[in-house]
Amino acid sequence: MPARYHSVTLNKELCRGCSDCLMHCPTQAIRVREGRAHIIGELCIDCGACIRYCSYHAKVALTDELSAIRAYKYRVALPAPSFFAQFDRRAHSVGQILDALKALGFDEVFEVAQGADVVTRALRDLLKERDRPRPLISSACPAVTRLIQIRFPSLIDSIVPLRQPMEVAAAMARKQFCARHGVSPEEVGLFFITPCPAKMTAIKSPLGHESSSANGAISIREVYKAMQPLLPQHRHSQTTTAATPLGLGWALNGGESEAALCVGSLAVDGIDNVIHVLEEMENGRLSDLDFLEAAACPGGCVGGPLVFGNSFIARNTMRAILRDLPHSDPEDVAPAWPLSPSQLLNERAILPNTALALDEDVSAALRRMQQMRGILSRLPGHDCGACGSPSCAAFAEDVARGYCRELDCVYRLKESLEEKARERE
Amino acid sequence: MSAPAFTRGFDIESQDYERAGEASASIKQALRQLGIGADILRRVSVVAYEAEMNLVIHSLGGQLSIRVDPEGIVLTAEDRGPGISDIESAMRAGFSTADDRARDMGFGAGMGLPNMRRNADEFLIESRPGVGTRLEARFHLG
Repeated sequence: MPARYHSVTLNKELCRGCSDCLMHCPTQAIRVREGRAHIIGELCIDCGACIRYCSYHAKVALTDELSAIRAYKYRVALPAPSFFAQFDRRAHSVGQILDALKALGFDEVFEVAQGADVVTRALRDLLKERDRPRPLISSACPAVTRLIQIRFPSLIDSIVPLRQPMEVAAAMARKQFCARHGVSPEEVGLFFITPCPAKMTAIKSPLGHESSSANGAISIREVYKAMQPLLPQHRHSQTTTAATPLGLGWALNGGESEAALCVGSLAVDGIDNVIHVLEEMENGRLSDLDFLEAAACPGGCVGGPLVFGNSFIARNTMRAILRDLPHSDPEDVAPAWPLSPSQLLNERAILPNTALALDEDVSAALRRMQQMRGILSRLPGHDCGACGSPSCAAFAEDVARGYCRELDCVYRLKESLEEKARERE
Repeated sequence: MSAPAFTRGFDIESQDYERAGEASASIKQALRQLGIGADILRRVSVVAYEAEMNLVIHSLGGQLSIRVDPEGIVLTAEDRGPGISDIESAMRAGFSTADDRARDMGFGAGMGLPNMRRNADEFLIESRPGVGTRLEARFHLG
């Protein structure tokens, strides 16, 4: 098994070794060593916070280039619901966007919002089951799922055991395309048009199931750029969305709860806010809720690190798009998709990630903890990041684990030099 | 070589809503680093948080402490008063003496002590009116 796959990665040439990403990583997965940032694979959840904060654009998301679609005889684009929020609504209709996207070289466009419609229906049923833990946590944001694996393993059983709309849409799209055109499944390349790196990771290294139904992911930004010259040609498009406004609404945080008709729900967005709410949930403070919708990005997927537009404007655009659509409900369209339960439900358990433990054995962890606290007591507690670790506590842990030396702390080094100077006097 | 126990104590001030929850968050962080399993971690989290909030809301101030060794976890909350005159009632679901301020913040449903007892493997509480309350929750490891 190769090292854990991550979409978020470092462009070594651009990294200046500053502490921007270091201080903003929600799982403290970054260290600056020898003047360059390093991502600790076991801890990274691919949320893309570092991509947002890096002033030098050294943190990048590995996604497929548009040219990757040429590896397949037939190509289907799977645009995320948040994709439509990137365009100026006064200038471009949803149909025009769909047509211009197809004209990039795809044989068909299948909206992920249609997958969201199907998942919505399954979620409504699931929320009616009384023996489920409360609240259930949405499984839509893969960065949040990975955060829970690492930091809130006791909440894993509360994650909705349904696949993400992207997965469901990919399975539907392949089935539909093959049936319609009489081609074999492996001839069709399905590409998710993604707002975030976490979804790319979810395709390359899925949680809850063996392999992804999608073949790759292209960033919204790249597609947006390539579509610009094509948009004017489709000004008079008659195409309309195949999804319901509720399915499309998954682009916004809170949209999933709304679609699921869940009143006792809470929607939280922004990775730091998500951590605070999950802390409360772990303390038993959310037991009156039925559903927790948590999105790593501000505003939900419309605020993803790989989108083009400002997340607040995109939110507004999305709301306007939804307002203008005729009312329809997932119950009306979803039955048309006879998917087997295995195509909707996870097939394997999501396991805790124990990377935060100092050792798997409690006795060994206790010994290391003692060592770590000894080191920490000698550190200044400024959390300056000059050592390359995100905080004094993280640095003490790094020293205890043998990754660096105590004198890598500039304050400790200064103290030690002063001591030596005094001895000499 | 036997493993050293991990011990930490946190002073909790009465009515200190500003810092409320920080001690239990630190305790949780330590338990994650010690590789404590998900089920025990969740139960300790609930008890530590309830105990901390009890100290903030009901007591005149006190200390929340934790001790972890390979056999188990002991969580202790000890305060300087006012003490509980009727422990039996306090242990009953729905009984609370929380003030309006605490209730406005979503506390005071009277689930605290019963909830703590339910989540601990062993639970001890002793209290003397005018002196203080001491409670101890134990969790078995391995």
